[in-house]
Amino acid sequence: MIRNIILTVNGEEVREAVEPRLSLADFLRDRLHLTGTHLGCEMGACGACLVLIGGVPAHACLTLAVQVDGEVVETLEGLSERGAIADLQAAFHDRNALQCGYCTPGMMMTAHALLTQNPSPDRAEIRDALSGNFCRCTGYEAIVDAIEAAASKRAAQPEAVE
Amino acid sequence: MKAPVLDYVRVDSLSAAFDAFAAQQGDAVYLAGGHSVVPSLTLRLQAPALLIDISRIAELTGISLQDGWLRIGAMTRHAEMISNPLIARHAALFAAAAPHVAHPAIRNRGTIGGNLAYADPASEFPAVAVALRCEIELVGPQGRRRVPADDFFLGLFETAMEPGEILVAVHVPPAPAGQVIAFDELARRRGDYAMAGAAIQAVMDAGTLADISIVFFSVGLKPVRATQVEDLLRGRVLDAQVITAAQSTLDGDLDPDDQPEIPASMRLHLARVLLGRLLGGLEGARA
Repeated sequence: MIRNIILTVNGEEVREAVEPRLSLADFLRDRLHLTGTHLGCEMGACGACLVLIGGVPAHACLTLAVQVDGEVVETLEGLSERGAIADLQAAFHDRNALQCGYCTPGMMMTAHALLTQNPSPDRAEIRDALSGNFCRCTGYEAIVDAIEAAASKRAAQPEAVE
Repeated sequence: MKAPVLDYVRVDSLSAAFDAFAAQQGDAVYLAGGHSVVPSLTLRLQAPALLIDISRIAELTGISLQDGWLRIGAMTRHAEMISNPLIARHAALFAAAAPHVAHPAIRNRGTIGGNLAYADPASEFPAVAVALRCEIELVGPQGRRRVPADDFFLGLFETAMEPGEILVAVHVPPAPAGQVIAFDELARRRGDYAMAGAAIQAVMDAGTLADISIVFFSVGLKPVRATQVEDLLRGRVLDAQVITAAQSTLDGDLDPDDQPEIPASMRLHLARVLLGRLLGGLEGARA
């Protein structure tokens, strides 16, 4: 019961043989050693394992590796290395929008997708977008502040990010 | 919290899916978006020998108008229910409900077909399908059939689907002239399971309610049509007095269970409040 899959992860083609039961999250972490994808609840509630599948956020814990055969996946490492979320990372740092940091990769995915779709969200829209991301340390005020600040900066310097 | 050992096959046609299901003597589960199936595996609520991935079958995709009816393919993701212009125009009640379904990332993968087939009593889309009097298209080894949504949902996670059947599309009838809609739910947090929710389609004719379809969810084991309230409202002008009467009548339509976190009386109260708000907000209401 081994299936061969070919997919693109962070811009590189990956060919692997996987058991069908293997989740995309475990595949990314244990096979590809991309440990920026965090596992919290493993049932789609906490949002720590979000990755981009075909450019939109999805739960890597709710997706089996065999299901993304032929797909394009991007993880936190990919977004970080190509600089797509550098301003969000800086804003989270400036605003102390993380303590333990466990939820932060998922927060980055949600914030990145939100600002791509809606460059100037209001606070209610940011909160709504974050409704599937749990943070158990800071509360959400600082996280909303950081995303709002990053959005304002992008609006002021639209050429600074892709 | 890891899925049990199982096998996986991806099929590109309905007939291949039925063959795979039959070869496994039914010890198989169809996989589309996987957002109910995968957690059910990791929580060990089920352990089929085989997953049959139907997500790339062409017939399950697409949104199109057919003789005035809107056909929404089963693989349509929840996010598309929000953004698709044909749904916004011809099935606006689905578009109104979609932002309430789970959270944004779930909506990127979850599918309308999986949602309806799963028949979660707290889910929004089944209530919308009933309110709009949709038809659910099923295909199985024995053939193809269309089941009215009113007859599709039978009980808790229970539908009219036979083992091996695949839900291929939901068909939305043409909107009646004078259609007005309303949808809302009361949840502790956006995206959480609703404590009570309702979907309404009505037909306004010169200030009078010519027809109305009211379906509640999260108040019973399946979507619940408020037939007594519907009967009361047909032919009436929607003013404050009529809305109060409708709220009083609702007790006869709903019979929620007592639950530790939400007693039946509280759920009924929430449903009455919601009904009042939705009726009062209907275009043409004089409340």
